[in-house]
Amino acid sequence: MATYTLAKALNDGLRAAMDADPKVLVMGEDVGKLGGVFRVTDGLQKDFGEDRVIDTPLAESGIIGTAIGLAMRGYRPVCEIQFDGFVYPAFDQIVSQLAKMHYRSRGNVSLPVTIRIPFGGGIGAVEHHSESPEAYFAHTAGLKVVACSNPADGYHMIQQAVASDDPIVFLEPKRRYWEKAEFDHVDVPDPLHQARIVRPGTDLTIVAYGPMVKVGMDAATAAQEDGRDLEVIDLRSLSPLDSDTVLESVRRTGRLVVVHEAPVTLGLGAELAARITEQAFYSLEAPVLRVGGFDTPYPPSRLEEDFLPDLDRVLDAVDRSLAF
Amino acid sequence: MTLGDIGVPVVPEPSGGPDLVQLLTPEGERVDHPDYPLDISAEEVRALYRDLALVRRLDVEATALQRQGELGIWASLLGQEAAQIGSGRALRPGDMAFPSYREHGVAWCKGVQPHELLSLYRGNDFGGWNPVERNLALYSIVIGAQTLHATGYAMGMQRDGGEDAVIAYFGDGASSQGDVNEAFVWASVFNAPVVFFCQNNQWAISEPIEKQSRIPLYQRARGFGFPGVRVDGNDVLACLAVTRAALDAARTGQGPTLVEAFTYRMGAHTTSDDPTRYRLASELEIWRLRDPIERVKAYLSRSGQADTGFFDSVEEEGVELAAQVRKACVDMPDPDPLEIFTEVYAEQTPQLTAQRELYAAYLDSFEEAHH
Repeated sequence: MATYTLAKALNDGLRAAMDADPKVLVMGEDVGKLGGVFRVTDGLQKDFGEDRVIDTPLAESGIIGTAIGLAMRGYRPVCEIQFDGFVYPAFDQIVSQLAKMHYRSRGNVSLPVTIRIPFGGGIGAVEHHSESPEAYFAHTAGLKVVACSNPADGYHMIQQAVASDDPIVFLEPKRRYWEKAEFDHVDVPDPLHQARIVRPGTDLTIVAYGPMVKVGMDAATAAQEDGRDLEVIDLRSLSPLDSDTVLESVRRTGRLVVVHEAPVTLGLGAELAARITEQAFYSLEAPVLRVGGFDTPYPPSRLEEDFLPDLDRVLDAVDRSLAF
Repeated sequence: MTLGDIGVPVVPEPSGGPDLVQLLTPEGERVDHPDYPLDISAEEVRALYRDLALVRRLDVEATALQRQGELGIWASLLGQEAAQIGSGRALRPGDMAFPSYREHGVAWCKGVQPHELLSLYRGNDFGGWNPVERNLALYSIVIGAQTLHATGYAMGMQRDGGEDAVIAYFGDGASSQGDVNEAFVWASVFNAPVVFFCQNNQWAISEPIEKQSRIPLYQRARGFGFPGVRVDGNDVLACLAVTRAALDAARTGQGPTLVEAFTYRMGAHTTSDDPTRYRLASELEIWRLRDPIERVKAYLSRSGQADTGFFDSVEEEGVELAAQVRKACVDMPDPDPLEIFTEVYAEQTPQLTAQRELYAAYLDSFEEAHH
């Protein structure tokens, strides 16, 4: 057992994926010599060469579009989009081309492309560097979307994503890149598209993913001091959504608070609220509550602490739910 | 041209200008070009004529099928047969082609069957052929998106070694797309073995080429760092020779080439379009004199390489093909409703499985009500 940052765990995971399959390529802006602006691909080009770790021209649609062609030829490209807010120039290539090729070709063409996106705020960045675009992609048939929250998941989930024959948007919580945790490389990972109960509890269920899992855990710890026993679920997979794990939890606790950084309207919380209401209506003791970003553009960084859900806003929602 | 007079948009010369590569004049006269020698037998020219005539017949039949309600829409290749057959016949079996949506002539060269070609336009599927088997990607309706796929595919070939190459088809309108320009950048800096084959048919629905470019399109290649050539797109021999040379350059590590096939869309954009709203009939008359098929016929007849018997037999073959296309179209069974749910993913998701089961049960409830 050793201690790793999320960035280092992802780096190890990518290295393992490249070792396991010579068809795996890494491509993106500054991923080679520099090792990526967050150093997630540090050293990979040195060890695997410029043909497998490709510094691309600065054009996101080109990155995804050429990755599609490489995948059609039998490669497994892992694309890095440098920041969440820069993915939109590639939107057509992702939602109309990448997502639909398997369907359009009636299964004759698989596109095992992984798109890594550092996402979310909390790092004091300039605009377009702190966004949470997951709902766009979770809304798109043909894509799968996952978010890791900790080093162990980073290490395992990136390898599972690369090994998947479906295109996967892989969201990395950039503000957690440098947080450390212990894990063992030989642990058997959970299935990629399965949520995980990271803290069992009986009074209320908090569902979070990516950077908000830590906030949810902090809220559960704080609530414990008031004698409230909260369950925390790390969703991990946003599409497909493992609503069974959430349903099972809510049937026990009767209360659900969903937390994410993305604006609440039509976000993952909205989908979860609908599913829980449809399938666990009689188990609910309170309406499903959502804590998320406001329906505004991501604000200037000096206001981001107001925009981002934090411990107090989560506890406020917990109080409102328990007061029902 | 000079860039000194940059304020004056260049109006294209209908003749294609002095740089146009031509091996067969509109009158059917065989001419030589120093850069593109073509050694071709009479039998091969006859085969090209057959391709041109049959693919036009197929196209005419498809247009008729649309008018009769059997196809939802059709994008006619009328006038562009030579560009597609010439470039298509330059391909080797291992070469991969990435078409736009009007490349029926290329599909013909790749062995796509009529029902596989028509099913997209009938609304049965998104293209009936297997791209892996045919080495022909599915049609791309989003303009220019396929040029990036072609470039990536070429980068894969580059890594695999060997002497295969890629050809990417697009039009004059697509030349304005970001994806096409990104594909040029990528292919250039990675020296990818890809030929960019632009059919400049002068019209992007209602917008003439002047709305897309102030310089001839082939000249754009220079700015990206690779050669560009303008070929008479209505001259099947020149299209064959120029594409073959560009593919050979790609095969031998010399990187991409932009081929601008200077041609004309003689029909409407699609069966939904009405070109009388935006262009003059006189323009069409000028291009009729440059018909891609008539000049081959004139050349073959005049040089004694084909007789009336040959042309009659191609005509008869066309009648048979048309009947075959019609039958393939009207006999196509409607897809099963539950096909909606198939092959969305390589590994189907539980929620999609559940949706499928719910919808199947819903459909079954009507069956039961009938009994």
